[in-house]
Amino acid sequence: MSTERRTDNAAARPTQYKPRQVYLFGTCLVDVFYPEAGMSVVHLLEREGIQVIYPQDQTCCGQPAYNSGLPEAARAVASAQLALFSDPWPVIVPSASCAGMFRHHYPRLFKGHAQEHAATELASRVYEFAEFLVDVLDIRLQDTGAPTSLALHHSCSAQREMEVTHPTEQLLKQLEQVTVLKHEYAHECCGFGGTFAVKSDEISAAMAADKCVHLQATGAEAFITGDCGCLLNLNGTLDKQSAPKVTHPSERFRGTHLATFLWQRTRK
Amino acid sequence: MSQDSRDRFKVRIHEALGDTELRQNFRGAMDFLTGKRAAMFPDADALEKLRTQGASIRKRALAKLPDLLEQLENRCTSQGIRVHWAETADEANRIILGIAQQRKARLMVKGKSMVSEEIDLNHFMALQGIRCLESDMGEYIVQLAEETPSHIIMPAIHKNTAQIARLFHERIPATDYTEDVDALIGIGRKVLRENFASADIGLSGVNFAIAETGTLCLVENEGNGRMCTTVPPVHIALTGIEKVIEKLDDLPPLLTLLTRSATGQAITTYVNMISAPRQPGEKDGPEEVHLILLDNGRSGMFADAELKETLACIRCGACMNHCPVYTRIGGHAYGSTYPGPIGQVLMPRLNGLDKDGNLADACSLNGACGEACPVKIPLPDLIRRVRTDRLAPRTTSTRTQSWLEKQLWRAWLYLYQHPPAYRKLTWLGARTQALIPKRLGLWTKTRSVPLPAAETLHEQMRQHQLRRRESRSE
Repeated sequence: MSTERRTDNAAARPTQYKPRQVYLFGTCLVDVFYPEAGMSVVHLLEREGIQVIYPQDQTCCGQPAYNSGLPEAARAVASAQLALFSDPWPVIVPSASCAGMFRHHYPRLFKGHAQEHAATELASRVYEFAEFLVDVLDIRLQDTGAPTSLALHHSCSAQREMEVTHPTEQLLKQLEQVTVLKHEYAHECCGFGGTFAVKSDEISAAMAADKCVHLQATGAEAFITGDCGCLLNLNGTLDKQSAPKVTHPSERFRGTHLATFLWQRTRK
Repeated sequence: MSQDSRDRFKVRIHEALGDTELRQNFRGAMDFLTGKRAAMFPDADALEKLRTQGASIRKRALAKLPDLLEQLENRCTSQGIRVHWAETADEANRIILGIAQQRKARLMVKGKSMVSEEIDLNHFMALQGIRCLESDMGEYIVQLAEETPSHIIMPAIHKNTAQIARLFHERIPATDYTEDVDALIGIGRKVLRENFASADIGLSGVNFAIAETGTLCLVENEGNGRMCTTVPPVHIALTGIEKVIEKLDDLPPLLTLLTRSATGQAITTYVNMISAPRQPGEKDGPEEVHLILLDNGRSGMFADAELKETLACIRCGACMNHCPVYTRIGGHAYGSTYPGPIGQVLMPRLNGLDKDGNLADACSLNGACGEACPVKIPLPDLIRRVRTDRLAPRTTSTRTQSWLEKQLWRAWLYLYQHPPAYRKLTWLGARTQALIPKRLGLWTKTRSVPLPAAETLHEQMRQHQLRRRESRSE
């Protein structure tokens, strides 16, 4: 993860500019575990009059291998993605983690390789989903749901790599009946970290348990996050904690992807 | 890295996580330190400006490191400081022993020095019949308990007041049990005071060595550093070669960053600037001052453009204070001189990837360390680099990946490079939910099995795009 502050400030891009077409990079976790988050992105974008192209040959951005110290394997998988998004349209990614991989790490990963230019070019038009809705589309949302309260978990990539906490909060703020409650240690990692969750399973579990406590302590009905890695980790932990039988409503406290929630709240 | 050291690391992690008292001590202390630091940097833009300046000063110094070291040596020598070069830990220990033997020394009082921990000086000197006494209160506590520092700035941070009270009561003769912090500090100070006067040698670390003026800068809060460097007839300053900075003007911004990042202080109680031994006509100060410049693997880092950034470190400890892993397992779990993120990138370079490369596993790459670092060391990138170097066949002799891991990565690589195979397998996964085992290794110890959705996004999007095409053609 890059420690540099973001210099390519998306807010500086003219907000009137609305592309007619965009690519969707669904991410491997959304594809298998949370496809409704991906479909919600599509519905939200189409409602704004944007055509969404989903290359069927996409798989994974390569981050698991990259972060595990296998840059060659990461490059092989990343190369396969590069060719699929060659038209000059924005690439929308419903994950700050994967978007960060494209934007910040592809240029590093391909440095000195034949595809360096293609990787850098792709990096320049990758957007995290909330960032795109707010900074590029300047979207206006109409809340159609009942009053509810939420805790909001920003992934580490959302906070420190893509710096998209503001647009994310901006989107939720537009929903009139939704109250976002702050939790303690909001800046802290949920303990997912990809292969870290398995390689350092006990530390990861301790971090996840703490995050669940802090999120639930807000008294919110559910929590929202923009990254499915966190969701898999935290919902998995909550499931295990409340198994086998659910007796109290607070035990139904679970997380939802931001896109899924936004679509649910605003569909007519 | 051997399977053995990986297992030992896992065991230490397991024990630390299960120790409620230890976890409370660390959580409380880290919250306190990060809170104090945050209060010192209320303006994010001002902090960013200062960090940029700090990073630039360190980068410039590292760019000219060999020249600056030579300049430092010349300046110090001309001012009467004797400069020694040590390539290894053993060499440094022998140089110190040589000085001690020449003075027929029996007792050495020590100010806080992590480099002395790095070379295991106390143990080495004890075997030679010379007693080393730690005079920093935290280090004194750790030494009394026969432990090692669990934090580079706060060595005894893993202990709470009651634990220290018990320790003093048990180990210092004629000491009543008290949990009064001031009384405890008073007890420790009394023991230390008696020893400053009788010590033959004072040893200290160095925070910054200024090449331009031949000045050794040392910050501390207890005055023990000043005692160590002025009361005994000999002062030995021990430092890694990376601590050199170019000029005196570089010091204020770095001190501003160091003390605020480390303990949330605008300035430490003592700032010692040492440029020479006692001069004729002066009433105090040591007769001899020695500076030992230790390499111990640092040249290797210097030779690599990316690893060189590790050497920018000013040892403030902010990376560990902000690390969610360190906060939970504490410093001892790492089993290394330097714990936390900086330790995870430094130790494998000092001790070799085989021995300490596994430290880099204990990181979720959350980036909190890099964000806190006052000199902008890209710690997450360097941790990833350790993982990469460990798996590179050229750099390591032992098996670092298990057979299972290797096969899983092989499968991952094939699947994610072959979209038709990937789609088939994910399609199958979505339809065979019931067949997915209820336990998936380590993941399911504390989490439920992640169940694939009934239809993948790939499938849903194919149907979605078909429907759109149909509705357009109607």
